[in-house]
Amino acid sequence: MAMSRALQLSREDLLRAYRQMRTIREFEERVHAEFATGDIPGFVHLYAGEEASAVGVCMHLTDKDAIASTHRGHGHCIAKGCDVHGMMAEIYGRKSGLCAGKGGSMHIADVSKGMLGANGIVGGGAPLACGAALAAKTLKTGGVAVAFGGDGASNQGTTAESMNLATVWKLPVIFVLEDNGYAESTASGWSVGGDAIKRAEGFGIPGVRVDGHDFFAVHDAAGEAIERTRSGGGPSFLHLKLNRYYGHFEGDGQAYRRDGEVAGLRAEIDTLDRFRRRVTEAKLLEENDLAGVDREVLALIEDSVRTAKSAAAPKSADLLTDVYLSY
Amino acid sequence: MAAILPLTMPKFGLAMTEGMVAAWQKQPGETIRQGEEIADIETSKITSAYESPVSGKLRRQVLEAGTMAPVGALIGVVADDAVPDAEIDAFIADFQSRFAASQAEAGAEAAGPERVQTAQGTAQYLAAGPAEAPVILFIHGFGGDLNNWMFLQPALAENFRTIALDLPGHGGSTKQVPAPDAAGLAGFVLAAMDALGIPAAHLVGHSMGGAVALAMARANAERVLSLSLISPAGLGVEINRGYIEGFIEARRGKHLTPLLQSLFADPTLVGQDMVETVLRYKRLDGVEAALRAIASAQFPEGRQAASLRAVLDTPRTPAQVIWGMRDAIIPAAHAENLPAHVKVTLFDAAGHMAQMERPADTAERIASLAGGGI
Amino acid sequence: MSKKSFRQAINEALAQEMERDPRVVIMGEDIAGGLGAPGEDDAWGGVLGVTKGLVGKFGRERVLDTPITESGFIGAAAGAALRGLRPVAELMFVDFMGVCFDQIFNQAAKFRYMFGGKATTPLVIRTMFGAGFRAASQHSQCLYPIFTHIPGLKVVIPSSPYEAKGLLIQSIRDDDPVIFFEHKVMYDVEEEVPDEPYAIPFGEARFVREGDDVTIVAFGRMVSMASQAAEALAKEGVSCSVIDPRTASPLDLPTILESVRETGRLVLVDEASPRCNLATDISAQVAEQAFDALKAPIRMVSPPHTPVPFAPALEDEFVPNAEKIAAAVRSTMRAPSKQAAE
Repeated sequence: MAMSRALQLSREDLLRAYRQMRTIREFEERVHAEFATGDIPGFVHLYAGEEASAVGVCMHLTDKDAIASTHRGHGHCIAKGCDVHGMMAEIYGRKSGLCAGKGGSMHIADVSKGMLGANGIVGGGAPLACGAALAAKTLKTGGVAVAFGGDGASNQGTTAESMNLATVWKLPVIFVLEDNGYAESTASGWSVGGDAIKRAEGFGIPGVRVDGHDFFAVHDAAGEAIERTRSGGGPSFLHLKLNRYYGHFEGDGQAYRRDGEVAGLRAEIDTLDRFRRRVTEAKLLEENDLAGVDREVLALIEDSVRTAKSAAAPKSADLLTDVYLSY
Repeated sequence: MAAILPLTMPKFGLAMTEGMVAAWQKQPGETIRQGEEIADIETSKITSAYESPVSGKLRRQVLEAGTMAPVGALIGVVADDAVPDAEIDAFIADFQSRFAASQAEAGAEAAGPERVQTAQGTAQYLAAGPAEAPVILFIHGFGGDLNNWMFLQPALAENFRTIALDLPGHGGSTKQVPAPDAAGLAGFVLAAMDALGIPAAHLVGHSMGGAVALAMARANAERVLSLSLISPAGLGVEINRGYIEGFIEARRGKHLTPLLQSLFADPTLVGQDMVETVLRYKRLDGVEAALRAIASAQFPEGRQAASLRAVLDTPRTPAQVIWGMRDAIIPAAHAENLPAHVKVTLFDAAGHMAQMERPADTAERIASLAGGGI
Repeated sequence: MSKKSFRQAINEALAQEMERDPRVVIMGEDIAGGLGAPGEDDAWGGVLGVTKGLVGKFGRERVLDTPITESGFIGAAAGAALRGLRPVAELMFVDFMGVCFDQIFNQAAKFRYMFGGKATTPLVIRTMFGAGFRAASQHSQCLYPIFTHIPGLKVVIPSSPYEAKGLLIQSIRDDDPVIFFEHKVMYDVEEEVPDEPYAIPFGEARFVREGDDVTIVAFGRMVSMASQAAEALAKEGVSCSVIDPRTASPLDLPTILESVRETGRLVLVDEASPRCNLATDISAQVAEQAFDALKAPIRMVSPPHTPVPFAPALEDEFVPNAEKIAAAVRSTMRAPSKQAAE
């Protein structure tokens, strides 16, 4: 096996990757637990299991680059630099939330970081990413845009329209298909006709299929795709095969999954475990380093939940603000 | 032979193409004197009294009140009792057929404003009158434009080359006003005169335009043949702060209408179209900033910044001051205690806009000072 | 100042704003036209020639022809607006909202609110609407009530060339998403329009004329119909105010209420389908807030609740006109007792 470029990452970058993936995992595990208590309003879609995608891709991006996310957006938010305290407060519907409690889990955004929002509409984000790419191209910022979408979104017309538009406008946009095997309760094996890579190629967009639980593979493939796109090569496509550990939404009994399916995934191909093994075996990081990160992340998440729970709800006057800049 | 005299739709200003007889003040059978108000004529800009050009008996109202007609159309007939009705009918029929023919033939529109590039940016102006005649240059006031002279420019254009100029920040001239004080605007007027090849002119300045004219006379007396100042700024401290600030702020008809009405002794002169025209002007890019710059340079804190009274002290430049007694913007008292050589005319029934409320009298005085008749 | 058509006024507004602000880009299907084809460049300038010539002035980087892909490019316009451009997208016919509405009402309209006031979406969508073009049911609708329904959108319906230029410039300078409705039958209407740029503020109704007896409120092309009706009614001694609200969202309700308090009678003219349109909306608000001022029932003049028909004989019957408006006004002038008896 060829040496992964990602294995040549600096110690700082490896620690950053691990910290982000661990933060996503702990964030989601904690939201899962807290949701069960009934303290979190509405519904949430958890990203646990898919960490390598968000982090492997977003490590190649800076604030001048934009991403459009999905309803399963917490991981993308963390990987793109959204404030964890602000996110947790948002999920609790607090005034101190990243969106002042007006968006909630499905609409967390931080445009200043290039995070154009989780999105409640399946397939809603790809056209927005094209627009962000168009802005980068027109304003000559050197930025790119990434459209994250699931296997469900891959069947939406917006995805096809966006791929075509990206090709004919030669936009610096990278389409990342996070194929976790289920669109809600329906298997992608049934719902996705043909082949995702061939679909992209049909629009003239080169694509690669990657093991989405392998951070290093994702990081390498995303790096190549983003570099190619950033340097004017046109849109790129990544098909990441991965799995989610929780249901479509919290409360989903997941009767459609095999018994023991998730337990097997956690035991055999868990992204964080594999990362940990690779970096320690290659003596790139010490167990101690990783355990230190784990402790810090746990403390961070604990603190974010504590402050979110005690934070104030928006006031009734807030109902009427932020609809328009002026009206 | 007894004469039959036509009364025709008057032309108030060069842009007027049609008007409406809003109301008749005289009924058929009444005797009318020349100069007497016999009807109200409404144009898209303003409603104005129509002063009879002839004396005699009003025999017919050809146009009913409320009817629109082009300029020059027959609106009434004046004739002695001795003239039989049949002759008047024939006169009307003949007039109408000839008028219809001339309308069809002409079809030409009145010359509109023109633009010239000056050293200080684009200047828009409306020129009328013989090219070789002495020049009368009109300078409007704050928020005004060349249309402020529409009622008297045509009369003066008979014997003068008349130029009604838009100041910077106003009308169709540049909206850049780097020097917004009176001296700065005077510089713009001089630049416009340079661009138009006018060495010297009789200046007619209204309100702030009066201060501009005074500033020109102070700095470049050789280019000023005479000064006719109508409700001018520059002769005192007081000015209606509410008007200046309100005019800048007003974005809606209901706010602007009372302000414009305060310019006139007779507020009914302000029509909806006049309000709309001013609102449209105020929406142009750069206008609000220009007005603010001018107001803060010339009328800071609601007081006039420039005192130009001393310009009138020497009789070197013939000068006169014309004021409406009911001026609510700049008090007519500023016309008091001027040097003896400055002729002062006060109109009872006029406000801040004597050139619109008393156009014929005002034109006559301008022409008189400029050394000619109408 | 010179006479300009509705089409020229819009073209000039676009050109002047593109000149003023390099972040303004325009996009849409065939807005230049001829891209990749062997014949002329700028072959169309928009399907009705509104954007003709702009590609020559500003180049293909700022005048973006799109494939026929409304979700794709309307969404891209929204995304680009979030990231620093000020796009003006042309949705050729508003009827096509059916294939891209998600990007407008779930995305662009809601960013600011959902993101807690931290997003700005300076997007304009220009779109053609209206009957009278023999364009049948899928190219003739007046769907502005649907957009007016959505918080976060501003809805602009210019009624003349002067209005179109000033309102489009305001739309482009506005930092909220704006849907700008152009009645396709009005493109050749001409009037005096200043050469210089100017902006007409939103939410400020225009009195087209002022009268004492009846208030007529009309939008878009219906404003000139209402004016014609008022002209005819003046000869009968009925004096009407005609109010053009200019924008359906925001709506200048105070001006309408003020006028109704003066006249006591209200006729609403709306070319949109009669259920849940602007007429019903304003009627409800006036009934709620000025019921005491009404001397007669509010009357609404709208098309029947049918799709827009194709046959000229049917379409002419479908569209409100001056006669129908005048008839509605006359009915408000009858004594209430007689109305009750009818």
